[in-house]
Amino acid sequence: MADPKDIHIDIMRSELGRARGMGAAKSGVGHWWGQRVSAMALAPLTLWFIYSVLSLGSASHEAVLAWASNPLTLVLLLTLAGMTFYHMQLGLQTVIEDYVHDEGKRLLALLLVKGAAVLLAVTAIVSILKIGL
Amino acid sequence: MAVRFVQPVGAQPPNGAIVRDVREALMVSRNTNGKLVRRPLSPHLQVYKPQITTAMSILHRITGVALAAGSLLMVCWLVSAANSPEAYYGVRDFTVSWLGRLLMFGWTAALVYHLCNGLRHLAWDAGFGFEKGIYKTTGIVVLAATAVGTILIWLVVLLGGAG
Repeated sequence: MADPKDIHIDIMRSELGRARGMGAAKSGVGHWWGQRVSAMALAPLTLWFIYSVLSLGSASHEAVLAWASNPLTLVLLLTLAGMTFYHMQLGLQTVIEDYVHDEGKRLLALLLVKGAAVLLAVTAIVSILKIGL
Repeated sequence: MAVRFVQPVGAQPPNGAIVRDVREALMVSRNTNGKLVRRPLSPHLQVYKPQITTAMSILHRITGVALAAGSLLMVCWLVSAANSPEAYYGVRDFTVSWLGRLLMFGWTAALVYHLCNGLRHLAWDAGFGFEKGIYKTTGIVVLAATAVGTILIWLVVLLGGAG
């Protein structure tokens, strides 16, 4: 048995790297938290959206406009749109990183998904504002 | 007995790819014939017995991707409502056609499943539900809730005049 004084551990990570806490992938736990927090927001928002759509049923165009012009509806719809596409691109990022091994293809796929998510989110938000305001 | 891991010097993976990563170098070994082989990566889906937990895990991912596609329908609905009554009624007519109904049913089922199983995931993240057998029970609860939730929503749609 070696003298305990002789036992030492070499840590290759620098003190700065440890303090930053970003890990080998250089993004830390940001993705993990983002996915969970948006999931927590989406659970009640989705239930509200299902309830709303069921209440609207096969509503007339005027009924939809009246529904969306309520300030509370407007706020919840905008939050739902933002959270949905934020959560969506985080989830699709995980899927792409798991299955697309070629670095170039992976980067391309990630850029396409993130770009599409931004475009869809902005489209949804502009539409909601146009309906509700 | 001294056990020493002998790294094959200058070894290349059997498929001829160049080892660029130390993790990949460690995945190369020799079989009992002395032939260089690439070690199998975990998880080996083909040797696992199919289980409810693994099936539900992959289903969570599949429904997530399906919902991403389904979000296009939600954007179409919003854009049409923002544009004109004609565009809105066009989208509404599609949602009550048989193809629209089929898509909406699939979307509803995927949404309810992803929501229920997502809550199960959040409970795991908070440290609950890891006891042996509990994860199986919660899995069955999620499947039952998905079935009941989806059927209830569609009963409201079809009977409540929402169609």
